[in-house]
This record gives sequence, structure tokens and C-alpha cells, in this order.
Amino acid sequence: MKNNYKAHKEPLVYITKRGEMPRAKQMLIKSIVILIGIVFCAGLTILLTNENPLKVFKAMFMGSFGSPRKIWNLLQASAILLGISLAVTPAFKMRFWNTGAEGQVLIGMLASIACMIYIGDALPSWLLIIISLFASIVAGSVWAGIPGFFKAIWNTNETLFTLMMNYVAAQLVSLLIMYWVPSGSMVLGLVNSNSQNGWFPTILGQKYLLNILIVAFLTAAIYIYLKKSKQGYEIAVVGESENTARYIGINVKKVIIRTVIISGALCGVMGWILAAGTDHSINSSAVGGNGFTAIMVSWMSKFNPITMIFSSILVCFLQKGANEIASNLGLNSSVGEVLTGIIILFIVSSEFFVNYQIHFRKKNRKEKAE
Amino acid sequence: MNNVAIELRGITKRFGNVVANSNVNLTVRNGEILSLLGENGSGKTTLMNMISGIYHPDEGQILIGGKEVSINSPHDAFNYKIGMIHQHFKLVDLFTAAENIVLGLGRGGKFDIRSASLKVATISAKYGFDIVPSKKIYEMSVSEKQTVEIIKVLYRGADILILDEPTAVLTPQETRKLFNVLRRMRDDGKAIIIITHKLHEVLDLSDRVAVLRHGEYVGTIDTCDADENILTEMMVGKKVELNIDRPEPVDPKDRLVVKNIACKNRDGIRLLDDVSFTARSGEILGIAGIAGSGQRELLEAIAGLQKLEYGSIVYNNPKTGLAEELRDKTPLEIRELGVRLSFVPEDRLGMGLVGNMSVVDNMMLRSYRRGKSIFVDKQGPEELAHKIIDELEVATPDAETPVRRLSGGNVQKVLLGREISSSPTLLMAAYPVRGLDINSSYLIYDLLNDQKKKGVAVIFVGEDLDVLLDLCDRIMVIGGGRITGMLDGRTATKNEVGYLMTKTDRWEEKSDEE
Repeated sequence: MKNNYKAHKEPLVYITKRGEMPRAKQMLIKSIVILIGIVFCAGLTILLTNENPLKVFKAMFMGSFGSPRKIWNLLQASAILLGISLAVTPAFKMRFWNTGAEGQVLIGMLASIACMIYIGDALPSWLLIIISLFASIVAGSVWAGIPGFFKAIWNTNETLFTLMMNYVAAQLVSLLIMYWVPSGSMVLGLVNSNSQNGWFPTILGQKYLLNILIVAFLTAAIYIYLKKSKQGYEIAVVGESENTARYIGINVKKVIIRTVIISGALCGVMGWILAAGTDHSINSSAVGGNGFTAIMVSWMSKFNPITMIFSSILVCFLQKGANEIASNLGLNSSVGEVLTGIIILFIVSSEFFVNYQIHFRKKNRKEKAE
Repeated sequence: MNNVAIELRGITKRFGNVVANSNVNLTVRNGEILSLLGENGSGKTTLMNMISGIYHPDEGQILIGGKEVSINSPHDAFNYKIGMIHQHFKLVDLFTAAENIVLGLGRGGKFDIRSASLKVATISAKYGFDIVPSKKIYEMSVSEKQTVEIIKVLYRGADILILDEPTAVLTPQETRKLFNVLRRMRDDGKAIIIITHKLHEVLDLSDRVAVLRHGEYVGTIDTCDADENILTEMMVGKKVELNIDRPEPVDPKDRLVVKNIACKNRDGIRLLDDVSFTARSGEILGIAGIAGSGQRELLEAIAGLQKLEYGSIVYNNPKTGLAEELRDKTPLEIRELGVRLSFVPEDRLGMGLVGNMSVVDNMMLRSYRRGKSIFVDKQGPEELAHKIIDELEVATPDAETPVRRLSGGNVQKVLLGREISSSPTLLMAAYPVRGLDINSSYLIYDLLNDQKKKGVAVIFVGEDLDVLLDLCDRIMVIGGGRITGMLDGRTATKNEVGYLMTKTDRWEEKSDEE
């Protein structure tokens, strides 16, 4: 099979790497790509539903901003996603691919729920909340620390290890629910529903305000930790080059284990917020994929906690909007997910157009035959 | 003289905003050796990659035998009888020489390895190659591997050969052998392009010299009309003083005494074997050797980055007068002992610096631990960064630019500047001028000499023997992880060093049979 006829043509398309470009131009390119994504989705929706795309977009917008309750829900969902994104970030900055946030949050949640069940009304609510917090931190740290330890000592693959730990966590939750719910219905109702012991208090009449404030505090703390602290600097050096870290005398194993435990502990905190501040119950899929979406949010934001605020709100807005479209226009709920997926794909791929340039063959060149 | 093999007209190639080649014209005739001369980053390799089908030019024409062609893949290049010998060999270690040579040619059907071997033998005899076709690649020396690469392109019928820095990895003796082969190929009518930045090789070997500077074509001159000064001027664009200073050592004292150290790699292969030497204050100790003979491991052992099987490394602290054992200590422990050791590793961006971090953050690598606060102090590193940028004339937009975006010479200035700033008593530099332009190289030599004059014990691992012979007070030769000789830098000759560099290769082969 000789394809010699091709040998005398220039390639039709070729791709070259761009140099650095100013931030404004980067933003412009990204906005254009995202806009194309939205138009593409609009087209798709018209094809599927024959609806006016403006109506579709309006529905999408109303899904998140239609009423004060919806706005609070959006903020609450964003806060949870943001918190988990923050939690995976220290590990990611160190190039430790923690795909186990889902399980680490779930196990933290389980620890809080267990505290609430076993302590019940025996202690005052504030004390129970604090005990739950510590239990969740320990649980999350252990869940992340095990793969972290194996990675540091035996260099096992952390991606698979943390992923597997998710399934272990989910099974553990199912097992305990079976044990806690004697009826065999496998559904755990609200824990301490009468006394609300161990539940977050409502502040200014808002159920989720405390959640949001805690996450806001975490955002600032992680930002300072990564940017200003010595440990944050060590994380960055280990992530960029282990050889450089060794060269300047950083104990790489120690930094890996320490950072992964911090990451797991933060996941535990988010589990605590979900248990004590949001759900007051648990099931094996209570984290709802946020542990994985967080990976994307963290990446999209280039590990910058401040950017993550906007990314997580955007992602939650898209998710809620897509659900709204589906229910409002009577579509299958998967359609919403498809649309969200497409837009996110465009967002992620906009990075490509910032880094690379595509050239097409110039028409004025004559083609030569041999 | 009219038999042009390949002609380039107005070739331009851009990578993003960087213009790698701009409007380059070049002609190579059959039966001549053309040197393509230029400093690192002047676009030599990019240009050759366009001829060998790895890149496609943005503008301009390539003519072969007078006809315009478009070369889109290495396979196309091979159809036009162009063969490139890369700096990094592309051979399968577990295959024999003959198998590597025919690899990729068998398109369906059976393969006759015996006739292939015969053809290899014919080629070898014709040009005077010294090769055993049935030898496996992993058993070969660097020079043998290079021979296989050259035969590989000749076997494919190449008439235009491009060699990318072929002598970088060779000893002087091997270089001479290679040049003889190349001359024979020239006499056979082949067109040969050799990429290099070593001036004496250019003058020794080639018929004509084409010079590139910052991607632009400066001109071509006949070698008989050229000398080192003219070529340097063409390369750099201005006159350069080509003398390296060598002040007499003042009051040398034993600063570092290494005794019988040895280490193995993971596969149990010995990397350092019974190495002993002394580095003295106020002296530059040069280390010569073929790349990968244990230089890196030796320096890393001293810096606390390489585990040793046995031996000792003793540092005589000039301040306290104490003799400190450094073996089995981590870099941090060595530092805490008060050992003022600075180390410029071979892999600048992979070990000495963090490429994605700014100049300031890279300064912080050495100092961030200072103080009890849990937060880093940025002010000190910032001042240091500005001081180094000013004093060493680092070309950078600002101190917040990631160092990976700086050119090789500026990266090295940042690294060396940081290492010198802690006023070391022992300074180790591995290949500190690799990839640097002439001006930067001379600046680095001056910096090393300054340290020497301050009484620092300097260890300099180099590859250019001429530089080692001009700069160092003593030259230690390492071969196969052993020290094969210690010469006086003022009296040693290139041949002596070259001989010692290859000496253990044979030694080791015999003593390592287990």
C-alpha cells in the first residue's frame, strides 16, 4: 500500500502552538467559543423540540433565578461543589490525581450521620455538631490517606486507588443503612428529625446560609494556604518537579502524605456540611457526582480558588437550567444533561484555541504532480 | 560545480510569535560537506527538520535536483533520498545492528536478512565503517550506535545526509574517525550537511560554511576563506574575545575529600566505582568524560541526592575547621551542618529550577524555609531576583515571568546567580554552558573564575575539551564510573584526555564479566 500521491501536497490543515497572548485576548477567544457552544445547543434544542430557542434559554435562566428559593438553592449547590473543588485542589496542584473525592465526602458524611444517630439527644446540639466535624475530618483523612500513603511509599497509581475507594465507601454506606433501618426499606429518613439535634442552625431565617459562610471561609483559607504558606509553596514545587523538590531538600514523601490528608480532611468537612447542614440523612449516592464534577471545576479554574467560585456557580447554573428545560418543555431529563455536557465540552475545549492556532492550506499555491 | 543537490529559497517558519527561520536561502551541492553553523536557538535544527519532513515551511520553496518539492513526512524525505541522523538516536536496543538498519523497510512479503547483511557489509567496506552487523544495540558504544544510524540512511539510498551535532557525544579519536568516513562519502558524490557550533570542526571538515543567526541567514563562505574570528563574528554579529582567563590558584586547601565511593542503579549496574579525589579551595577542578559516565551521580552523591554503597565524602569547613562527613545525609541535613554547597545541576529546568514558576519564586527555592512564620517571605527573594537580573543582565520582561519562557542562557544566569548568591565554599556546576550562546558562555566562565578567586572550590563538569583545557587547574577524567586519570590543566593535551575518556570502556568490559 503505497500512498505516494499524497506526498506532493501540502497538508490541508495544520496546527501550530501559539505564543503567549494577553489575558484580554484569551478571554475573548474563550467567550467566543462558549458562545458558539450555546448557539450550537440552541440549534440542537430547536431540532429536538421545535421550540423557540429564546424560550428555552429563558427557561434555563428561570431554573436558577426564577425565585428567591431557587437562587438560594443555586448558591447552596454551588457552595457544595465549590467546597469539594477546593478540597481536591491541593492534591491536584501536587499532581496527585485524587479521583476519590466522591468517596471521601461520602465517608465524611457517614461519620457525621453516625455521630448524630449514636449520640442522638445525649449532648447539646452545638457539641454534637463539633464532634461530627471531627469525626468527618478523621474519616475523610483516612479515606484519602490510605492511597496517599501507598503512593508515597510504593508509588502505586493513585487514580485507580482513590477511584476504588469510592466504591468501598458507597458499599459501606449501604451496609450501615441496612443495619440502621431494621424495616429493610434501605431508606434512612431524616436523622433526629424531631429534636433537630446536630443540625446546622438557621441563620437570618436562611437554612443554607451557614453552609455558604463556611465554604466562603474555606475558599479564603485555601487561597492563602496555597499562595502564601510555606506548605503551599512546597506543594507547588513537588507538583512541578519532584527532582527539584529533592534537590532543595524537601521530603517529598512527607509532603505527598500531608497534602493528600489535607485534601481528604477537607472532603470530610464537606461531608459534614452535607450531613449536618443539608441532607440530615444519607444514601450511597448522596454526593451525587459532585466529587467528579469538582475535578473538572478545579481544572477549569487552573487550581485558583477565586476562579473556582465563578466556575462552580456556572456549572451549577447550567445543571439547574438543563433540568428546568427538561421539566418545563416535557423532555426527558437526559436532554438537560446532554446540553450541559455540550456546553462544558465547549468551555474545556476553548483552552485548545487559546494554546493552538489552526492553519488552512493556502489556495494560491499550485499543486504539483510528479 | 553546477550539480546542486538541494536548494532552499526564502524558507520561513514560525512557531506562534517566534520566528524560527526567516527567509533562509541555502544551496548544497553533490560531493561537498556544508557546515550549518549557528548558536543554539538560531534555527539550524528547525531548518533541517523541514528538509527531513518533520516540519513544513510556512513560506518558501525547497528544490531537489532543480524541481520544487513538498516534503510532508520523513517518508517523503526518504523518497527524495534525504537522510537525517538525529542527535538522539532512534534505535531499538534489543535488535541487532542489521535488524535496526532494515527496520521499517519490509512492506509485506518476506525479508531476506542475509542479503541485507551483505549490503550492510558492502556499505561498511566502501566508506570504512567499523561495524559488526550481528551486534545488539545495547552492547554498543555511542559511536557505534551513531555508525548504525549513518548506515541506516545510506542503506535506504540517501544521497543527501544531514547530521545534527554528530560530535557532541564523541571523543576526539572517534570524531576523527567519523570525519574520515564523511570525507569518503563526500568523495563518493554525496551531499552532506553537518550541524554544529564547534568552530574548529567546521574549519577541519567542511568545504563551505553557512551561518544562521537568530533564524536569519547570514551568508555562506568557503572554508578556505574563513577562520575562527570571521565565523564567530558571523555567528554573533560582533567581535568576541575568545580567551578564557585562568588565574593561578591562591593558597589551595583541601575542601572536599572523596574516598572510594561507589553506587549502583536500580538494575544493579555500577554507576560509580571506587571514586576518590580531592577538590581544593581557590581551584577549578574539571571533570571530563563521555556523557553518562557517572558525572551526574558523582555530583548528586556529594549533594546528598544519591545513595552510596560505601566510601566517604568529607567536607572541611573553613569556618569551624571541622571535618564533616556528608555521606548518607539529605540535602537539608547537609545544609544544616553549615556546609555552603551550591549545585548547578545538568537538568536546569527539571532539577535546579521550576520552569513554571517566576524568577522570584525560583529564588525562594533556597530560602523559603527561613524564619518561623508559616507564611513565605517574598521580599528577600524579590530583592535577590532584581539584583541577579541587574547584575547578570538577565533578559526577561520582569521578575514575575516564568523561567521556562526565558532563553537557555538567561535560565542559566538565574540558576547560577541564585547558587552563587549564598556565597558558597563549594560550587558544583554540571555542563553550565550547554546550549548557551558564545557571549553567555564566556560570562559563565568569568563567574566561575570570580568564585575561584574568592577561594571557592569549584567543580566543573564540561563536555568541550578545549574549554576544560583552557579553564581548569586540574582535569579529572571519568570513564564508566571510574576515575581514569587526573591531569594538570596547564599541561594536558586533548589527546591525553580523549584517550583517558575511553580507557575504562575496555577495562570494564573485561572486569564486569560475571
